[in-house]
Amino acid sequence: MTNHWVDIKNTDLVLIMGGNAAEAHPCGFKWVTEAKANRKAKLIVVDPRFTRSAAVSDFYAPIRSGTDIAFLGGVINYLLSNDKIHHEYVKNYTDFSFLVKEEFGFDDGIYSGYNPEKRSYDKSTWGYQIGKDGYVVTDPTLQNPRCVYQMMKAHYSRYTPDVVSSICGTPKDAFLKVCEMIAGTAAPDRTMTIMYALGWTQHSQGSQMIRTGAMVQLLLGNIGAAGGGMNALRGHSNIQGLTDLGLLSNLLPGYMTLPGDAEQDYKTYIEKRAAKPLRPGQLSYWQNYGKFHVSTMKAWYGDAATAENNWCYDWLPKLDKGYDLLQVFENMNQGKVNGYICQGFNPLASAPCKVKVSGSLAKLKYLVIIDPLATETSEFWQNHGEYNDVDPARIQTEVFRLPSTCFAEEDGSLVNSSRWLQWHWKAAEPPGDARGDQEIMAGIFLRLRDLYKKDGGAFPDPILNLTWKHRQPDAPSAEELAKEFSGKALKDVTDPKDPAKVLVKAGEQLNGFAELRDDGSTACGCWIFSGAWSEKGNLMARRDNADPFGIGQTLNWSFAWPANRRILYNRASCDPSGKPYDPKRKLIAWDAASGKWGGSDIPDFKPDSPPEDGMNPFIMNPEGVARFFAIDKMAEGPFPEHYEPMESPLAVNPMHPKNDRAKSNPAARVFKDDWSSFGTPDQFPYVGTTYRLTEHFHYWTKHVRINAILQPEQFVEIGEDLAREKGIKAGDHVRVKSKRGFIVAVAVVTKRLRTLDVEGKKVYTVGVPIHWGFMGVAKNGYITNTLTPFVGDANTQTPEFKSFLVNIEKV
Amino acid sequence: MQVTRRQFFKICAAGVGSSSLVALGFAPGEALAEVREFKLARTTETRNTCPYCSVGCGILIYSLGDEAKNVHAEVTHIEGDPDHPVNRGTLCPKGAGLLDFVHSPNRLKRPEYRAPGSKEWQPISWDEAFTRIARLMKDDRDKNFIAKNDKGETVNRWVSTGMLAASASSNETGYLTQKIARSLGMLAFDNQARV
Repeated sequence: MTNHWVDIKNTDLVLIMGGNAAEAHPCGFKWVTEAKANRKAKLIVVDPRFTRSAAVSDFYAPIRSGTDIAFLGGVINYLLSNDKIHHEYVKNYTDFSFLVKEEFGFDDGIYSGYNPEKRSYDKSTWGYQIGKDGYVVTDPTLQNPRCVYQMMKAHYSRYTPDVVSSICGTPKDAFLKVCEMIAGTAAPDRTMTIMYALGWTQHSQGSQMIRTGAMVQLLLGNIGAAGGGMNALRGHSNIQGLTDLGLLSNLLPGYMTLPGDAEQDYKTYIEKRAAKPLRPGQLSYWQNYGKFHVSTMKAWYGDAATAENNWCYDWLPKLDKGYDLLQVFENMNQGKVNGYICQGFNPLASAPCKVKVSGSLAKLKYLVIIDPLATETSEFWQNHGEYNDVDPARIQTEVFRLPSTCFAEEDGSLVNSSRWLQWHWKAAEPPGDARGDQEIMAGIFLRLRDLYKKDGGAFPDPILNLTWKHRQPDAPSAEELAKEFSGKALKDVTDPKDPAKVLVKAGEQLNGFAELRDDGSTACGCWIFSGAWSEKGNLMARRDNADPFGIGQTLNWSFAWPANRRILYNRASCDPSGKPYDPKRKLIAWDAASGKWGGSDIPDFKPDSPPEDGMNPFIMNPEGVARFFAIDKMAEGPFPEHYEPMESPLAVNPMHPKNDRAKSNPAARVFKDDWSSFGTPDQFPYVGTTYRLTEHFHYWTKHVRINAILQPEQFVEIGEDLAREKGIKAGDHVRVKSKRGFIVAVAVVTKRLRTLDVEGKKVYTVGVPIHWGFMGVAKNGYITNTLTPFVGDANTQTPEFKSFLVNIEKV
Repeated sequence: MQVTRRQFFKICAAGVGSSSLVALGFAPGEALAEVREFKLARTTETRNTCPYCSVGCGILIYSLGDEAKNVHAEVTHIEGDPDHPVNRGTLCPKGAGLLDFVHSPNRLKRPEYRAPGSKEWQPISWDEAFTRIARLMKDDRDKNFIAKNDKGETVNRWVSTGMLAASASSNETGYLTQKIARSLGMLAFDNQARV
């Protein structure tokens, strides 16, 4: 979230799209209720299903799964053509006036530089015009046809209300009603918040759906303001934290990135990431990349990391390509992976296309499961009848199942969607011989280290030199690890303006990332968490819920990254002269007397930069402003364009009916053997979409008695028209099939899934809740991901669980 | 011997074990007429965070036992933390059932091993499990570690063993896991955020 849960109470309008907070995030949703009750805020829900969020909304609009870019593209068109935008904001704080390269082009759904064989783009034309002074050329009059404003206006002019209605199946009047409500928040003193979740991420064009939402928010000036923002409601309690810490194939902590093969030179690696400002007077905060990077390497490798060896740069693994989960299962399927460790992760249930995942796991030599619960993955080799019909004798994988603690049995911090690092305490011992995850990781690592020490082997240096200063080496404590990622001074850290002044003494915990250095004098495992544990103590454990400004900031409750800041980009809540657009919801303001920014939040800005210096609010971008034109940052193009889901009920993309290449996302990666696993509407005429129930959490609560009682048995949801057409009554058992397999479940017939009119045909949706499997105390069921396709978003490779093709029949 | 409630506490405070007094029949008469003590009064309250979705609701865990070294604490009750600024004491149908998660019959209790081709689990000690896993990992790494690519560039990666990290483990576990994975040269490494 750019903002946070409690801040939702400050909004005037809530748009829930690609999420269902009332059921999936119920205790966070209460802040929507609060805004409705106390600010007369309105709630809009756009969703294929009339969810319980929709049930308490002021306005609900149905939409066909996977067409959100068309819908939001239409909203952009409405805002631009009706001049419902926040003029001062977009002119000063976005790239509206920036000129795009002449060579950049867009032809019938495909951007310049496309390579159909590789299904990827050469993005060299996706950039700005750069002047002789090294800065981007701008046209403040916004008249130049190559300026971002004009290009965006032309791009989205194609998304008329009729086109949107035909693609999305949203009635035109409903679409226009949503546009009108959203447009009202273009006023400087009105804000809208967008709440989204996996309903946006789990599409082959999911990242661009989110971008389109962010573009709407930027046009309205709603980013950086209280009650505004783009608010990702994460699906699990600490995937935010694990992502912040860089536990993804290509990441290092704090959104630093691993080098690629070609990046052999350390200096070039840093320079590329420490971008210089692209406009005069801008901060471009990533210029400090070197300080963050060196401090991480000092935290990891201690004295072994020196200026002479480029802080162990060569010790980092380099990427020849991404190794995301789908790529790894593809490799496993090809027999290229021998070992796999699943720490609290159940890929047999969580990954798409069960038949492929199951077959891939069977090719492993060894599999290690670390989990508090008996997961499906841990028994992928076991025959569980119709739900997992395999022959154990033919599966040669060695499997280890190691019992770990759950939340109640350990200390530590989790990062919620608000970016708050909240500390929790151990309440009991784990059952039996279960052990904490840290102990388990240490158990494996220390034995490996001993083997390398004793016998040598492939490149042992990073293993032998990994810092391991724990009082109990086989059980590193949460406190020690938290202090390590928060960071400390290895030598005295002095004030750059006055070298005689010592800011932090050697051995002390740092106060924040501003104290990091690139000369090896600081160690910090994750720069964005820096300061979470300072000399003041463990700030994540703070429990003062005081809200002195009355707008829900609670700065002394836990610790929010970065720098305890609660609302990102909050400089943009003020006009260029530093005055809040809405003084009633003041976050920060410029105080000329003290020469500082301040208010109810920690300024997301250089704290002493006066407004007249012209520094802009988006300090992480070298431009200083937010981008409508994504330059080369996205896989499929600088402006989001509607593409059909990989499995679509339509024969063509209505935006590009004559260009088959632009039917689905042209940059989505599809493995060669998977093309034949995609179904077509003649055999699989209905749109399948997966979702969660409020009584269950993922694949965990089927192990939990009370939740198993509340929702004991697997079901699928269909609308009344489809039920009638197929002769299915509520309570019948039905078989839902995709090209990849089938599940059998009880049919629930509702009014919640409407029949949509799309391009002159009826489109039916089949809703498939995800929560069942063959382990647990609920009634056993089929793994939902038996049905889903093995393809992901072109940028993140997050699987397309929300839109695929199925057929349904009565059993 | 009749003792009043006040005298009973005095005797206890003087250092005589109250339980033996009760056993001898010296229970205060008035106490029998008192309302039953709150069950929660005999528990220890621990502040924690719901491990399910990302709202991060504050919870209070009540465990029987006083945290003494020889007392095995048992979680008996979990409820929303009224001080928490987001959930203000409430919990959803998932969070309200957390007690049954802690005590799920499907909690794993001992390390187990499944041999190639086998139809069943067999017990294994932690030490044996760690030793065997480390051996398998080292053999695979030593055999398949790529120090240089075809162009002779230094790449130092190991992609024939992969790892999926958790979605509800702490930052501290995550940080340790990240350090270990990269020191081994691992790239086939993701967490639940990927899906």
